[in-house]
Amino acid sequence: MRNAGVDRQLLGVTALLMVYGLIVLYSAGQTDVVTQAKGVWYHQFVWFGVGIVAAYATFKTSPRLLEWGAPALYVFSLLLLIAVLVIGTGAGTAESSKSWLAIGGHRIGQPSELAKLAAVLMLARYLSSLKEPPRSLRDLVVPSALLGVPLVLVMKQPDLGSGIVFIGIFFAMLFWSGVRPRMLFMLASPGVSLLLAFSNYAWGAWMVLLFGLLLVWRPYVWESVTVYVANFVMGAIALSAWKHLKPYQQNRLLTFLNPDIDPRAAGYHAIQSKVAIGSGGWIGTGYTQGPQKRLAFLPEQHTDFVFSVVGEELGFIGVLLALSLFLALLLILLRIARRASDPFSSLMVFGIVGLWFTHIFENVGMTVNIMPITGIPLPFFSYGGSFFIICSLCIGLAARVSWDARMSGYVEF
Amino acid sequence: MNGFDAYQVGRRATGAGWILVAAFGVLIGAFFRTQIVQHDKFRMKSETNRLRSIPLEPPRGEIVDRNGELIAENLPGFSVKLLATSPDSLRAVLARFSSVVSLDSFEVDEAMRRYRNARYQPVVVRGNATFEEVSRLEEHRVMLPGLIIQSEPKRFYPQGRAVAHLIGYAGEVTETDLAQNRFPDAVLGSLVGKAGLERQYDSVLRGRAGVRYAEVNARGRLVREDVGQSMAPIAGMQLRTTLDLGLQRYIDSIWPAGVRGAMVAMTPDGKVRALYSAPSYDPNVFVGGIDIKNWRMLNGDSAVPLLNRAINGRYPPASTFKLATAAAALTRGLITFNTRMPVPCRGGIQYGNRVFHCWKHDGHGSLTLTEAIAASCDVYFYQVGMQLGLRNLLEDGTRMGFHDKSGIDLPSEQSPLYPSSLDYFTKRYGKNWSAAGATALNFAIGQGENDQTLINMVQFYAALAGGGIERTPYLVHASDTTERSLGLDEKELLGLRLALTAVAEAGTASNILRATVGKGQVLTIAGKTGTAQNAHGLDHRWFIAMAPAENPQLVVGGIMENVGLHDPMIVRNIILALRRYVLGPESMPDAKVIVRANESFVADSGPGPIEVIGDSAPPAARDSGRAAPRADSARRGIR
Repeated sequence: MRNAGVDRQLLGVTALLMVYGLIVLYSAGQTDVVTQAKGVWYHQFVWFGVGIVAAYATFKTSPRLLEWGAPALYVFSLLLLIAVLVIGTGAGTAESSKSWLAIGGHRIGQPSELAKLAAVLMLARYLSSLKEPPRSLRDLVVPSALLGVPLVLVMKQPDLGSGIVFIGIFFAMLFWSGVRPRMLFMLASPGVSLLLAFSNYAWGAWMVLLFGLLLVWRPYVWESVTVYVANFVMGAIALSAWKHLKPYQQNRLLTFLNPDIDPRAAGYHAIQSKVAIGSGGWIGTGYTQGPQKRLAFLPEQHTDFVFSVVGEELGFIGVLLALSLFLALLLILLRIARRASDPFSSLMVFGIVGLWFTHIFENVGMTVNIMPITGIPLPFFSYGGSFFIICSLCIGLAARVSWDARMSGYVEF
Repeated sequence: MNGFDAYQVGRRATGAGWILVAAFGVLIGAFFRTQIVQHDKFRMKSETNRLRSIPLEPPRGEIVDRNGELIAENLPGFSVKLLATSPDSLRAVLARFSSVVSLDSFEVDEAMRRYRNARYQPVVVRGNATFEEVSRLEEHRVMLPGLIIQSEPKRFYPQGRAVAHLIGYAGEVTETDLAQNRFPDAVLGSLVGKAGLERQYDSVLRGRAGVRYAEVNARGRLVREDVGQSMAPIAGMQLRTTLDLGLQRYIDSIWPAGVRGAMVAMTPDGKVRALYSAPSYDPNVFVGGIDIKNWRMLNGDSAVPLLNRAINGRYPPASTFKLATAAAALTRGLITFNTRMPVPCRGGIQYGNRVFHCWKHDGHGSLTLTEAIAASCDVYFYQVGMQLGLRNLLEDGTRMGFHDKSGIDLPSEQSPLYPSSLDYFTKRYGKNWSAAGATALNFAIGQGENDQTLINMVQFYAALAGGGIERTPYLVHASDTTERSLGLDEKELLGLRLALTAVAEAGTASNILRATVGKGQVLTIAGKTGTAQNAHGLDHRWFIAMAPAENPQLVVGGIMENVGLHDPMIVRNIILALRRYVLGPESMPDAKVIVRANESFVADSGPGPIEVIGDSAPPAARDSGRAAPRADSARRGIR
């Protein structure tokens, strides 16, 4: 393969993100009280090595092979998700959950990360095989099922963060396959009902609005009825569903709405992270010098809350730089998806956009309390093997799709 | 698929692009608001972070013996801590503190050091304060800002020195431990197991630390304790061991003062009933941090009291190994119990141009295997060794577990020294090494490059006692449940035990046995003595025995260092321990034992190990060298 076909923008932005992430990860380990984060930046080097090999391998893999192998990978990842429910162990912010697969006491990875990529490939394969984009709710039964099975399995662990990512992937890929936005709206509406059900007024207003929209949009009658009934049921069962959540999940959601309800226990993460970021100001407190981090007020500073270290030590400038790099990466991927040579490749790359966007928005958002706290890693920044390797695979896939698009029409010997 | 033409994809891409930009705009807006608009508020908050988390130590799980008697428990105790804003304020408060409860300079330095390591955590000033100290401090609370008094369970080992090496001790986790993640989930201040059972089963015993929060004002003064939601600590779980504390204490009580050594009692299926190492120490000195004086005393003692000689001391097995030689020859079908060797014992045997001596100068005459074990005849076993050859001895010895650790569930067990193949010798002495024959003779009587731990030898004898199956010894549960067969059938095992009984009845240990069995009670004890010669002092004495011989319930082995040939104490002690265990403690009303040593007992040992060709370099000093200097100073060289 000639160098001309390699997407330099993609690789350049990725490399910058990796270096930035490593610099921050090193600082995360520098605390007054020794924590286990101390040497992780060094371990991350190993993952870099493995990740680069994995990315190169996927770059060399034809999207056709991926399309062909998607169902097998999908089934395999489901089996891993089931296995993890039986023999899984917890870690980090999600210590009471079962998200890690361990063999002989060694944690070897989080199958939910693999399942996200497998779901992207499977959905891309299914959607690209359709003659027409899904036009009605009935057309969405199969893709919903494809995403729903891994979603239910990760929620069983329970891993709320990964659950949100699956939903993000789902909507992103449906949008990219040409489903009309109003269909997506109808699909999402029961979720809105679920959230609004805690206030009778808000929920009532929502139901009226929905009724109006259904009248204006005039979908099939059975669709209208289904959507309206689903909203009604969601609103009705919301309270009992709430009671089924684990207390720590309830706390997380409540403290998201108002961290000061419980500043010591559940709101602790939210408050400390926001204090760390807020004290950063324009230019931050100085690399490795952040007092919130140094004094170990900042929880999980090398995994889920690594972005708080950016905010505290490198300030708004550092945040702006990181977010610009992320935005650039997503826009580059969007460009690749647009110019892809075939629908499967295009959908696959856009699925990756959905995957990363959800991760970034949720992770970064939770550090400033605009999203609820869930244990979800930040690509290229958080310490962790399995997610980094999945990210590397994604980069390899995107680079290949980009190469294919540029080289189509050329024959090379 | 339709819907992927350039126009439609382009439209969607534009839409998606705007959504991305808008979403990142939201994030950037949120950061701008937090970092720029509200910067002053949060900087203030950061500087005066008002919550201090105070870890709550969970009570460690109790450790009990098989009858539920306590080996390790928790007593109520108090720890006194201080929250301070700066090193100067801490120093000032400490000065006031010592006017109420006196502190020595070491305690003050230690508190300052802890403070520098973790400024926002309460500093432990006194880990084990008395009730009286606590009430005096409470009285003066007003003048001691930041004073925190917590009731914290304190570890206590009621059995004291009798169980020191077994139980190990628990202490505060160090920073090195934390950095290396040696104790997952431990936090600064956690009490973790540092040695022995406390270390091995730390994750079970430790429990989970809780937390409570105290509020301080902007200057760091404690305003309120117990604000908000605290998390209660979760207590560790109880650990039930296989130990028999009665036996363990008894072994400690009859151990002669000033003698170094160890004893292990184990059932044939691997349950360790007692494990004792001498000299011992009181593990309670480690609770709440050992002071310098005690540490220097324990660490500087030339008798190395901290060494667990039962699993970390290596000694040449000497005559106790003859049973392994016999077992190897039996499984290979070379001999039976009635086999007589071609050369009767005349006090020695010619091999090459050298004479290998028997411990008995006058010789034993012609013996069967049973008689040879009883008499511990070296000449007989030299010939068994010749027939087996070195390669087979190494192979069979490795198969019987002499090359590997026993795998007992205690940390840092020492590996025995036993070559697994001839490569060891060619690597060490060069390709032209040709002394395999003479080495085989040495190995056959437990000499040569063969150093075993007590637990490893007891494990082998337990296999002889328990159906020829070698099991991993354990105190709580076996790390490895695979059963290694010695390859001996029931008849052969019984034969070996009968031969051992002969040792105890008429052979090398006879007089002692007769002296200790009480009136009217018949307890047949099967056992084998051994004498490991020691270049640096008097000999080490081994004795490993089982009872009742017909159907052994317990195997007890022991070693005493540098006691010399004439001291039968180890035999006496082991027989007493067996008698107590099998017949019950009530059989021991007056354990007055008359010990007479006869000539055969006195001299039971192989001759000095014989230097073989090429073996000129002395063996390298080993870890346990202090405990077990190996006995291979050559008396006679051969060429």
